[in-house]
Amino acid sequence: MSLVEVTDLGVAFGAVRAVDGLSLRLDPGASLALVGESGSGKSTVAAALLGLHRGTGARVTGSVRVAGTDVQRASEEELRRLRGAKAAMVFQDPLSSLDPYYAVGDQIAEVYRVHARVSRRAARARAVEVLDRVGIPDAVRRSRARPHEFSGGMRQRALIAMALACGPELLIADEPTTALDVTVQAQILDLLHTLRAETGMGLLLVTHDVGVAAESADDVLVMRHGRVVERGPVAEVLGAPREPYTRELLGAVPRVDAVREAGAGAGAGAGAGAAAAAAAAAAEAVTGTESGASGAGGLPTAVQAPGAEARDVVLEARGLRREFGRGKRAFTAVDDVSVTVRRGETLGIVGESGSGKTTLGRMLVGLLEPTSGEVRFEGRARDGVHPAVQMVFQDPVSSLNPRRSVGESIADPLRARGERDEARIRERVRELLERVGLEGAHHDRYPHEFSGGQRQRVGIARALAADPRVIVCDEPVSALDVTTQAQVVALLGELQRDLGLALVFVAHDLAVVRQVSDRVAVMRRGRIVEEGPADEVYDAPRDPYTRQLLAAVPSLDPRTAAERRAARRDLAVA
Amino acid sequence: MNGISGFAGFALRRALATVVTLLAVSVIVYVVFYVTPGNVAQITCGPRCSPAQVQQVAEQLHLNDPLYVRYGHFLQGIVAGQDYSTGTSVAHCPAPCLGLSYQSDQQVTELILTKLPVSLSLVLGAMVLWLLLGVGTGVLSAWRRGRLSERVLTAITLAGTATPVFVIGLVLMIVVCGELELLPFPQYVALTDDPEQWAWNLLLPWLSLALIEAAAFARLTRAAMLETLAEDHIRTFRAYGVTERAVIGRHALRGALAPVIALNANNVGSAVGGAVLTETLFGLPGIGQELVHAVHVVDLPVVVGMVLVIGFFVVLANAVADVLYAVADRRVVLA
Repeated sequence: MSLVEVTDLGVAFGAVRAVDGLSLRLDPGASLALVGESGSGKSTVAAALLGLHRGTGARVTGSVRVAGTDVQRASEEELRRLRGAKAAMVFQDPLSSLDPYYAVGDQIAEVYRVHARVSRRAARARAVEVLDRVGIPDAVRRSRARPHEFSGGMRQRALIAMALACGPELLIADEPTTALDVTVQAQILDLLHTLRAETGMGLLLVTHDVGVAAESADDVLVMRHGRVVERGPVAEVLGAPREPYTRELLGAVPRVDAVREAGAGAGAGAGAGAAAAAAAAAAEAVTGTESGASGAGGLPTAVQAPGAEARDVVLEARGLRREFGRGKRAFTAVDDVSVTVRRGETLGIVGESGSGKTTLGRMLVGLLEPTSGEVRFEGRARDGVHPAVQMVFQDPVSSLNPRRSVGESIADPLRARGERDEARIRERVRELLERVGLEGAHHDRYPHEFSGGQRQRVGIARALAADPRVIVCDEPVSALDVTTQAQVVALLGELQRDLGLALVFVAHDLAVVRQVSDRVAVMRRGRIVEEGPADEVYDAPRDPYTRQLLAAVPSLDPRTAAERRAARRDLAVA
Repeated sequence: MNGISGFAGFALRRALATVVTLLAVSVIVYVVFYVTPGNVAQITCGPRCSPAQVQQVAEQLHLNDPLYVRYGHFLQGIVAGQDYSTGTSVAHCPAPCLGLSYQSDQQVTELILTKLPVSLSLVLGAMVLWLLLGVGTGVLSAWRRGRLSERVLTAITLAGTATPVFVIGLVLMIVVCGELELLPFPQYVALTDDPEQWAWNLLLPWLSLALIEAAAFARLTRAAMLETLAEDHIRTFRAYGVTERAVIGRHALRGALAPVIALNANNVGSAVGGAVLTETLFGLPGIGQELVHAVHVVDLPVVVGMVLVIGFFVVLANAVADVLYAVADRRVVLA
């Protein structure tokens, strides 16, 4: 008998059919990854397995059987016995998925006591046992800590410990590594792998990241618009996709091992993903057909060879240092960092959370004053912000004012520069909107009316409004789906070519950074541990930390994944 | 985070802030009363006083001195005490001296000490009731959201807010004391004299004040609970088969406490001086009643003294709230 048997599942929220006619089976001990972009319905399927849609107003049709329980027909009591005990769920955001007010160990013990008739003390002991099992050091003491005292990776481990507590037959993991750094992600995926081998649990993994799916599951099921696109063994589906959508999805995934074509502008001309990215971009009418109409002061396109002369340096940071806090709480976010950015080139800054890359980016733009050191723009020392150095922010949702139309937001830098002629402002905003692949008619719309990718285009248009020479992009695509990500990256590359912009591309995603960068700086704990031409850094990393980072990147090929897993074990031992 | 030293630092900073706040409040009261039209000496002396007598009163009360001199005098009294000539004898007013009432020549500090226990009895007792009623109703209506029982509860609490305290109080008195004769008509008995009588006599005032306040707490608790119930960690516990009762009672309520603590601090602080209607209705000789009277007759020392005491309790209540915050939510660092 299968562990999970879903037949013709449909979930509708009002008129929206989130899942439509989906069937799947999972045998005991097997693993299946549900892969899809946001809105594909993959998380909705996961929630349906535990009957979590009850009482939410969602209409669920079809049949769902999990570990012998008919989820659709089960009583509240039967459902409670299924949840956690037979099928346990690991949620995405480990910070918000634990109660901030109670100790981690108490929360696990509470869940355990729901399903096992044991004393408080025994439940607490079980909590410590599973915390220890998932690799929380000093589990007895740490079990008394509250979630905010844990790092992101430890919180995710704690959630997995909670799932393990009752020894379930099925683990449902909903984007379990999305909020984590790549090295931590690798640790969590390795942990899931080991636990599965030891306990024989079945795994249903929900992820938007094809690499994560390839690392962790035997089978994969690609979803789109609530329907199944393609399914099969990981190697087959990812190695030789039959469906165009799967090919498009795979094409858009940036590869960390793909060499960037020399001389090409950033992004657009990158390796394997380029064709699909360009095609996808064209599909949204984003191509450079109107690039000739660009109103920005188009500099001659001249991609500089490595070792270009000093006068080509547009932005230079010397000995930048930034501390936060005072006294005992003082903390150095950026420590003696020097970088140069030349005209028309892209400098990638890659690092994990807390490495200081965002602080560095903000100092380059002048949003943050360095504690010591200086930033020079075109050879002159600079104080505060300069209109020729602009920024594109990570979260296109929160970096646009929701109460103002996008046209007004884009016009801000123009008004800041002293432009008062309303007709000219409107004309320029229209130009900018078209330049980034939106329509002039979008001027009076509000941010919530746009998709994530479109909002990021608005953010880019706003940065372009001041005719910048340098744009610092802080995680510009990390909130976006891969296909959208590829489009935005392509747009940045195209703008760079047409306008001769220098780009500083700050990101945690090693593959994206390789795809767009001429040179790459790797940051760790506020310092640059390695810097050089992108291909050198990626293909022949000198610093052990860079090697560790690269080894942690999930591979699309299950065999390579297994090799990397072994390599990670060796690195961890070393 | 760093235990006692962190708390000591917090207490010290708060104490300093309190002193600064109270000084600012006292200056404002002095200035407001200075610019307010009306002849204080005439009012204090009474309508039948001759101009000469009025002049004499003005001399005695130092009303002819410049404002800053009078204020300096006032500060001196608080720090060092003060001697007052009442014409025939000299009275000494010891250190935290807030001056003498223009009307009764009574020392303001003493006056406050007689009124304060009444107000505190009323407010703290009512607080217990409004928290029980308000938070309880809020939790129930969040749990029973959308059902008939929730709508009934909402209607009752709304009616509670909409009804003025003198209506609720009067109805309670007429029904409980008049018709049913369950309780005698309330009369203040000090806690130190007879704790049992103290409680019985304050029961109706507590209830009327609490009914008014409870509605706000019910609505706030309900809103905060619903917000917490929508959070991710609640979903976690539901997905692990934790019963709805535990989800509501343990996890959602804990998350909803912060705004309740904040509102409670504000209400307790302001009710110390602001429960005038309840005090008047039930004949409780509290701060609020005295303050209204003092403002009426421009009895500046009494007004300033009362305002300072009320200000002190508002600040104190908020400091206590901050400590409770930090206890309820370990992520909060006292600062």
